[in-house]
Amino acid sequence: MSAHRRQPIGMLLSAPYAVFIAAVFAYPLGLAVWISFHKYIFTAPGVDVPRPFVGIDNYTTVLSDPAVRRSFLNILVFLVINVPLTVGLALLLATALNAAVPFRTFFRVSFYVPYVTASVAVVGVWLFLFSSDGLVNQVLGSAAPNPSWLINEHWAMPSIAIYVTWKQLGFFILLYLAALQNVPKELYESAAVDGATKWRSFRSVTVPGVRPATTLVTLLAIITGANLFTEPYLLTNGGGPSGKSASPVLLMYQRGIEQGHPDTAAAIGVLLVIGVLIIAGGQRLLERRQA
Amino acid sequence: MKPRIPLAALAALTLVAVAACGGGSKTSAADAAQAHGPINVWLSNNAQEVAWGKQAVTAWNTAHPDQKVTAQEIPAGQTSEAVIAASITAGNAPCLIYNTSPAAVPNFQAQGGLVPLDDFADGASYVTARSGEAGAQYKSPDGKFYQLPWKANPVMLFYNKKIFAKAGISTTAPPLSTYTEFLATAQKVVSSGAAKYAILPSPSSQFFQSWFDFYPMYAAESGGQQLVVDKKATFDSPAGKAVAGFWQQLYAQNLAGKEAYNGDSFADGTAAMASVGPWAVAVYKDKVDWGVVSLPTQAGSAEDQSTFSDAKNVAVYTACTNRGTAWDFLKFSTSKEQDGKLLEMTGQMPLRQNLTQEYAAYFTANPKYKTFAAKSAHVVEVPNVPASVEMWQAFRDAWSNSVIFGKEDPNQALSQAATKINDLVK
Repeated sequence: MSAHRRQPIGMLLSAPYAVFIAAVFAYPLGLAVWISFHKYIFTAPGVDVPRPFVGIDNYTTVLSDPAVRRSFLNILVFLVINVPLTVGLALLLATALNAAVPFRTFFRVSFYVPYVTASVAVVGVWLFLFSSDGLVNQVLGSAAPNPSWLINEHWAMPSIAIYVTWKQLGFFILLYLAALQNVPKELYESAAVDGATKWRSFRSVTVPGVRPATTLVTLLAIITGANLFTEPYLLTNGGGPSGKSASPVLLMYQRGIEQGHPDTAAAIGVLLVIGVLIIAGGQRLLERRQA
Repeated sequence: MKPRIPLAALAALTLVAVAACGGGSKTSAADAAQAHGPINVWLSNNAQEVAWGKQAVTAWNTAHPDQKVTAQEIPAGQTSEAVIAASITAGNAPCLIYNTSPAAVPNFQAQGGLVPLDDFADGASYVTARSGEAGAQYKSPDGKFYQLPWKANPVMLFYNKKIFAKAGISTTAPPLSTYTEFLATAQKVVSSGAAKYAILPSPSSQFFQSWFDFYPMYAAESGGQQLVVDKKATFDSPAGKAVAGFWQQLYAQNLAGKEAYNGDSFADGTAAMASVGPWAVAVYKDKVDWGVVSLPTQAGSAEDQSTFSDAKNVAVYTACTNRGTAWDFLKFSTSKEQDGKLLEMTGQMPLRQNLTQEYAAYFTANPKYKTFAAKSAHVVEVPNVPASVEMWQAFRDAWSNSVIFGKEDPNQALSQAATKINDLVK
């Protein structure tokens, strides 16, 4: 007997979400792939314009564009900094917040507030902190970089990566906190009986115990990071200085929406999806081997 | 958590395409041009313009109860142009938008979203009669008008008198006429500590930011040339290089800021000067004791020198079925009476010939606007060419890399940008 006959109510209940996924993700994704192989512009309904198949022309156009290549390199730099930082800090802080520390609720809320606050408002605070005359440079004095963080070609992308880590940490801490509830207390007790230090207990009990959550956090951090848009748009003047913090999605917005070239924008998007799948697949393979 | 996956970015892009599947009906252009009935219009979200729009709509609706006009502000979005482009694709654009950027017109036209005003019997003649020769700048390459030149905000230079006084600079005749004078004044402002920066136009890489640093000064320096003339970039020239060299010095000496500013740097006193249009008169009325002069040129500014128009126009959109009413309302809302009301309520300059004579009483009562009115006879528009936004982005990228961040020789950057732009607009 097939599954849907056995669980008709289950099928019924999951149908709305399946339809949602099909309509909002699957169909547009398919259409985007189609657009990326055609010469395409958005037109008013009823306007008949030729949309010829152009093979891989859109892909060669974007791959031969130094700005696009630079944006992919930028996002790689971003991921190399952001993902390990996110995973490490989220796990450490979640472990700390899981222990009986004073003001635990206050700290949990504090870490979560940046995540739920609108980016535009939070970016304002970071501009105040990291501008030339900002608080950070005043503390650092002569050790502050020149040009300052957000207009420094070496520091702009790392600054964004740190900002995004901070902004999203609250959500990932929550994921780890939930996972920590599933680590059996007996394991910690056994480790203590065996004379394990807190650090050893963290390495040998906590880290393996939350491995599924680590996989999820890593994947989500990679996916979220690859879709970076708001931060370079607002924090570094639209991907500056000189495109050193431009992201592929920012270029997709410029090319597809502002300049009316959805075909090349779609090609950038498809390349980005492929890139993310490769990175996520590699990460998954690595984790399996380690496990 | 809403995972911002690349799929989501792709989905957003393609949803615009999907939206095209719904709405919109094929209407013959000739029939639609004669059709009358209710229409919708969109207004900019500027409070004064909304107030003006509401009174215009009320006045029209009182006289034409059978052709009701409904007005609303442009829906919120990343930019008005992105919202308008999406509404064209979805087939739910209104009949008229009183905030159509001339730089976006070529894209909207390519989308099939705009009705040529030449479809109306008196379309082209109305534009010419109202705006005179200046109206010709708004013609598309096919010789038709897809926009009605509505209002300009000629860009001039505001200076903060308090800061100038603190720096020991004349507040009545400040030396700002030539590049040399401007640089000396700027150095005085900053070295005296009167203000952090002499001037702080947005250093952002958005395509339109060059309209507020390079383009007004280029219009002045080049004797009113557009960025592109006859499908050729004009700025790889002594005038373009002079303007780029001037700004490069301002940035290199930290007289202009390279970082985004969170707020209004002129109102806050962080910058002593700002390039602004007449809208600034009302905005800074109670905040800054200001003076206004023409933008500097290498040889010295003159009263009749050109500047950038910063115009916003009105277009009729193809989703409109009652285009006869749209055209009648457009003429009503740009009549001498309504233009006068626009001037009174917003301080922005209708793109109408003989402005100072037509509204002499207003300018006598409001002398602060007179300088801008005089300048509105010498405005230069963005060129109406295909790939307009792409062209401005190419220019901005070159400007940003060379002039603002000093990573490249400005002359070389301008030359490369000109080659790229020639390819784009040919």
